[in-house]
Amino acid sequence: MDLQETEQELLFRAEARSWLSENVPVGLPSGDTAEGFAAHLEWERQLHAARWAAVSWPDAYGGRDASVWQWLAFEEEYYRAGGPQRVTQNGIFLLAPTLFAFGTQEQKDTLLPRMAAAQDLWCQGWSEPGAGSDLASLTSRADKVDGGWRLNGQKTWTTRGAFCTHLFGLFRSDPSSARHHGLTYLLVPLSSPGVTVRGFARLDGDEGFAEVFFDDVFVPDSAVLGGVGEGWSVAMATTGSERGLTLRSPGRYSATVSRLLELPGAASAPERIAQAWMDAEAYRLFTLQQVSNEQAGRGRQGESSLTKLFWSELDIRLHELALDLLGPEAELEGPWSKGFQFALSGPIYAGTNEVQKNIVAERLLGLPRK
Amino acid sequence: MFFGLTDQATAFRAGLRDVLPTACTPATIRAAWDGDPCESMWKTLGAYGVLGLIVPESAGGLGLDALSLVAAMEECGYHGVPGPLVETVVIAPRLGLALDGSARVAISDARQPVVPYAAVATHVFDADLGQLLDDVTASPVSTVDGTRQAARVTGTPNGEPVTDLGSTWRLAMLCTSAFLLGLARRQVDMTVSYLKERRQFGVPIGTFQGLKHPLADAVVGTEFAWPVVLQAAHSVAREAPDARRRVAHAKAAASDAAYQVSRVCLQAHGAIGYTVEYDLHLFMKRTWALVADWGSASDHRMTIAKELLG
Repeated sequence: MDLQETEQELLFRAEARSWLSENVPVGLPSGDTAEGFAAHLEWERQLHAARWAAVSWPDAYGGRDASVWQWLAFEEEYYRAGGPQRVTQNGIFLLAPTLFAFGTQEQKDTLLPRMAAAQDLWCQGWSEPGAGSDLASLTSRADKVDGGWRLNGQKTWTTRGAFCTHLFGLFRSDPSSARHHGLTYLLVPLSSPGVTVRGFARLDGDEGFAEVFFDDVFVPDSAVLGGVGEGWSVAMATTGSERGLTLRSPGRYSATVSRLLELPGAASAPERIAQAWMDAEAYRLFTLQQVSNEQAGRGRQGESSLTKLFWSELDIRLHELALDLLGPEAELEGPWSKGFQFALSGPIYAGTNEVQKNIVAERLLGLPRK
Repeated sequence: MFFGLTDQATAFRAGLRDVLPTACTPATIRAAWDGDPCESMWKTLGAYGVLGLIVPESAGGLGLDALSLVAAMEECGYHGVPGPLVETVVIAPRLGLALDGSARVAISDARQPVVPYAAVATHVFDADLGQLLDDVTASPVSTVDGTRQAARVTGTPNGEPVTDLGSTWRLAMLCTSAFLLGLARRQVDMTVSYLKERRQFGVPIGTFQGLKHPLADAVVGTEFAWPVVLQAAHSVAREAPDARRRVAHAKAAASDAAYQVSRVCLQAHGAIGYTVEYDLHLFMKRTWALVADWGSASDHRMTIAKELLG
């Protein structure tokens, strides 16, 4: 056990804290409306200019070569300072790790700097009207043509699809294949002829969702990430990031608990307040343990599913407590009611919690699938 | 940065994993239910060093730290080692008692109506006076978990009072937290084996999501309680200012998680678990006893709340 931050880690944290305290914007509108998204882009570009947009990336792509520990410290400071949600997160935290693992040199050199600078804005094209939890049943097609692929089909529940410029998605490239075979991971500019994007409102009324239609959309061979037909394993690498800590660093919940403590009624619910603090701390400590184990080569199958089950339920409990403390004011539109509605998406997206529980039961505990 | 057990703790636990499966079997636990003091098991624990684990080598102990201690207690919990284990581990060294298993100390506390383990202990320590009791008379009281061997106790205080017991009780809470997570791990293991083996409707019942999902939820609880116990051990080892809050967190989290595991594991076993012939109840009933011992989850949450809310 060694919980002491090194000199270098302390300096990094101090630099982040000082920059964030002077620069974090106050009161940005929701990033899930067209005008709010634009306001967020300004902030994203400001982060990038100061090289805080993607600290764990190599210097060459606009990062700071930060270790996981430094990244965790940055996230903690970011949310402590009241930093807003990251509208670039699907690119920076989901696609980028996949690009680093599977991308060609050219793909990395072309895509990563524009992603970090919030010039290209990426959304995830996985779910389809008929393929949600059962992602492997997807039917959007990529047919081989001269020099590339022709795409047809539909993606949906695409987060911030209406405001993004690019989509990474899974397409069936081998029409004779079934399930997780014969899928290819493709990188698609949404400006391509034949793409139609229709935004629609999420639970909270903001236009945070979109459906994306592909009608004979052409993408070149260079749009393939990983190998042709390898889409499933490439995509699974991204699910680890999505469920795991890169999407939900502990700093978020610690910051939420600090805000809870400031609510006027906090003292009236001492045990629930204590439980909120305990749960956020447990998440932070579990994360430290998880990172330590991974660095020691002792990561476990199914661990990101444990994580996802915990943070998604934690987020809801924290907001439920806040709404209870607010009493009659809970029904007003505001940060807590908004946050509550957002938290409710946690057990649904990134693989429903029911799917995660199957993974825990089968891969971690060894119960039979069938 | 490294968050986890030290190599030393892992090695000590690995050794215990060789010793305990024979030193403490379900038959041992059942004997303890019948009032057997389990002397040979205690001798083994003493010989292996569990009872003097954090006692300096100069005083006849192993000189290990609280991280090794929680690893050992978790393992003892897994095997359902009958008490007074935690009590002896925390108080015997302070009283200069033998650490070879020949001394087993029950602790009496004015807030508790009866003294757990008083009927099988060799000594009774009065926590309020800070003294051992002489001329002890113990009137046994039956308890839900038979290994508790509780009694109403009278006796005459004797010897120089031990003062400054706060950190000793924190250590007991910490050890109990780790022990609870060991009990929980045992119940989960028993349940997983049973769910693979038991067939209904023509298939192993472990294929049913109706059983997988509650078990997965319960395991999330224990998985997230373990690092909390480790952090508490780390704070205790360094005598850090946050030790009180960290230990309260550990006991509350471990109690809630282990209790939830006991509920789910009983339900998953169905009627076979609802018997005393099957071993599950040995671990479940100890869980109930320890959930309430050394402060309930609710008590510990209030400790934390007072610090947070000022």
